Amino acid sequence: MPHDHHDRDHDAHSLLPPDPALRIKALETILTRKGLIDPAAVDEILDIYEHKVGPQNGARIVARAWADPAFLAALREDAAAVLDAMDLAGRQGEHVVVVENTPETHNIVVCTLCSCYPWPLLGIPPSWYKSDAYRARAVREPRAVLADFGVALPEGRRVRVWDSTAEIRYLVIPARPAGTEGWDEDALIPLVTRDSMIGTGLARDPAP
Amino acid sequence: MTRVHDMGGRHGDGPVDPCRDEPLFAEAWHRRAMAVTVASGAMGAWNIDVSRHARESLAPKDYARFSYYEKWIAGVANLSVAAGLVTRAELADGVAEQAPLAPKTLRAADVAGALTRGAPSARPGPAPRFAPGDRVVARLPARNALVAGGHTRLPAYAAGHVGVIAALHGAHVLPDSNGHRLGEAPEPLYTVVFDAGDLWGAPERAGDEVAADLWESYLTAAS
Repeated sequence: MPHDHHDRDHDAHSLLPPDPALRIKALETILTRKGLIDPAAVDEILDIYEHKVGPQNGARIVARAWADPAFLAALREDAAAVLDAMDLAGRQGEHVVVVENTPETHNIVVCTLCSCYPWPLLGIPPSWYKSDAYRARAVREPRAVLADFGVALPEGRRVRVWDSTAEIRYLVIPARPAGTEGWDEDALIPLVTRDSMIGTGLARDPAP
Repeated sequence: MTRVHDMGGRHGDGPVDPCRDEPLFAEAWHRRAMAVTVASGAMGAWNIDVSRHARESLAPKDYARFSYYEKWIAGVANLSVAAGLVTRAELADGVAEQAPLAPKTLRAADVAGALTRGAPSARPGPAPRFAPGDRVVARLPARNALVAGGHTRLPAYAAGHVGVIAALHGAHVLPDSNGHRLGEAPEPLYTVVFDAGDLWGAPERAGDEVAADLWESYLTAAS
């Protein structure tokens, strides 16, 4: 059996300066000088993730799923195809599956092995999603983790934790808040929080 | 056996801080680290599985002390050297000869298209051996069966446990092979649902479940 050659170069990074800000500056400088990255492309990537891609994309999907039963049915059937047609697939969201919170089941998404996250729908993952504590604990004690977020589930509701171990990316469709009957998509969007689409939160109740 | 990154179920990490109202990037250098990692990955000199494995292969003491984006920087540095794109001397000295943009370097005009295309992992592949409802056992121990000490996406907490096939996702690139540049070797990919009581002994609540996406070679039929 071959052995793992990655271990051979696993310390090359230690040649960079110890301070992280200087490390990335040094690496970026070398890659740029060698023509391996284009500074204009780096700026464009930042512009997209800072201004165009974020939880607002996922919130629109959830709100439409709440408001339009045909859209929800299409998501259940093949969310990836629906999102692709809306230009909302792409890097780290190539194979999206929606999971729906119901009175019986609450869904929570984690990536215990790294930090896989549906970037085209939710943007850059928050720091807690990438933290050791979340990655370690969400699978074993999801209710205790929910308590850290101030969420308590009703007695009797099952928790299903989705560990993103492959390229399937999960979007939680939270339960639609009571009192929103007849609301259209635009009115529902503000109720859909980022955390509610990961499962560490619930959708907002409408203002009384 | 697995590596330091495989932390699902681990005890001792303390509370999760929900970090309300945090900025998108807590530090200016986080922005650069994210974008440089995405831009350099777009060259195609390494795939997502090689990239994940590079981060996992950091020494455990480095993996534990590095913040998230420090792991990314270290991964790109190591991959650039391993791919022959950057020398150790260049990393150490912080200087390199000026060169024109390489043919495969991601251009600004191509960024939006590249991000929207992504890198789907679904491939034509063999017919599935298992069907929804089948009971399967995850490989014990969680290891790469092709490369000793190599990359795998089977979490240790699931190893040896019986789960139920909940969904089939078609065939997908096998990270255990692709992460070592041994070919994509697509295999059927399944969502396997495990009972929390089986995994943890004492679950928070009977009936809770953990679902993981596992490749066919990780699984055998449960007796």
